Amino acid sequence: MAVDYKALKNGGFMRQVQKNNFSLRLKVVGGNLTAEQLITIAEISKKYGGGHVHLTSRQGVEIPFIKLADVDAVKAELESGNVNTGVCGPRVRTVTACQGSAICPSGCIDTYSLAQEISDRYFGRELPHKFKFGVTGCVNNCLKAEENDLGVKGGYAVEWLPDLCTLCGVCVKACREGAITINNEQLTMNNELCNNCGRCVKSCPFDAWRGEPGYILSFGGTFGNLIAKGEQFLPIIRDKETLFRAADAALAFFDEHANPGERLRVAIDRAGWDKFQQAILKEIEHG
Amino acid sequence: MADYTIDETVDITDVVCPVTFVKAKVALEELDEGQLISIRMNDGEPVQNVPRSIKEEGHQILKLTDNGDGTYNLIVRKVGD
Repeated sequence: MAVDYKALKNGGFMRQVQKNNFSLRLKVVGGNLTAEQLITIAEISKKYGGGHVHLTSRQGVEIPFIKLADVDAVKAELESGNVNTGVCGPRVRTVTACQGSAICPSGCIDTYSLAQEISDRYFGRELPHKFKFGVTGCVNNCLKAEENDLGVKGGYAVEWLPDLCTLCGVCVKACREGAITINNEQLTMNNELCNNCGRCVKSCPFDAWRGEPGYILSFGGTFGNLIAKGEQFLPIIRDKETLFRAADAALAFFDEHANPGERLRVAIDRAGWDKFQQAILKEIEHG
Repeated sequence: MADYTIDETVDITDVVCPVTFVKAKVALEELDEGQLISIRMNDGEPVQNVPRSIKEEGHQILKLTDNGDGTYNLIVRKVGD
């Protein structure tokens, strides 16, 4: 029987240069694995992959040098160790994330739980071409949100609380955008300049800046053959429901307008950014 | 602006990140709870980041003053032992 390389690839087994050897892509969400999963991966690598393990550019793990004859055994053993296989090909790929507010003092949003929700909802969904989600916790952008077809960046929608403010001046310097000024004992906030980084909130000694976590979305990023930065055109989104409506609309647009083998970026460039923005706004505003 | 009685001063303009915060932290450790320290720091990265790091350590920041020479004084009340 002929080997169905395509089915193997879709299931995460990718052909190597070496005949009958496959590099097995594992499912990782937001770059998080448990110690138990790592032990399982190590054991399977030693047993079936000659002890090799590769960390991919998008927080994935691959075990190369798996032999064709061992594919089913490897799958079963991974499963019993609570490790799932990843995907390749034209579908939603690994959802990447930084450590976010659960771990990192700079984080504005809980990236890991969001990455998990995005993954549960979209991972593996068939599309005209690959589709990458990335979630970064703040504007420091350690996870490079704009490299992804859909990037999510955490931020704060900020509000100044004059009653708590002592005009100490810390926020004026903490803000890198120059959005806050104090003149003649008066604080002025220029919302046009605010990039939702939340540094005023994080630095204020008197809690005189309130920050509501939100999501800054970018669409159409790609860093492979074609290099293009994801574009932001929506103001910061305040709730997860709206975020998912925007993501649903982006995937629907991609499905409708992309030719097979074409990334979201190319589809938007051809169909027109106006049309894409309208599709997203329509879904956000009217559900 | 209220005047403060400063118990200690430290100058961190002669070091760069991350030693800026380390030097300030060491100086704070020498103080007793409730004492005030004035920390002199450079414009740019130190004044953007050091106040936040001191806040995250749990101390109370009282005032940031512009010395007009490219440096700032941050007045901090020590909290905790």
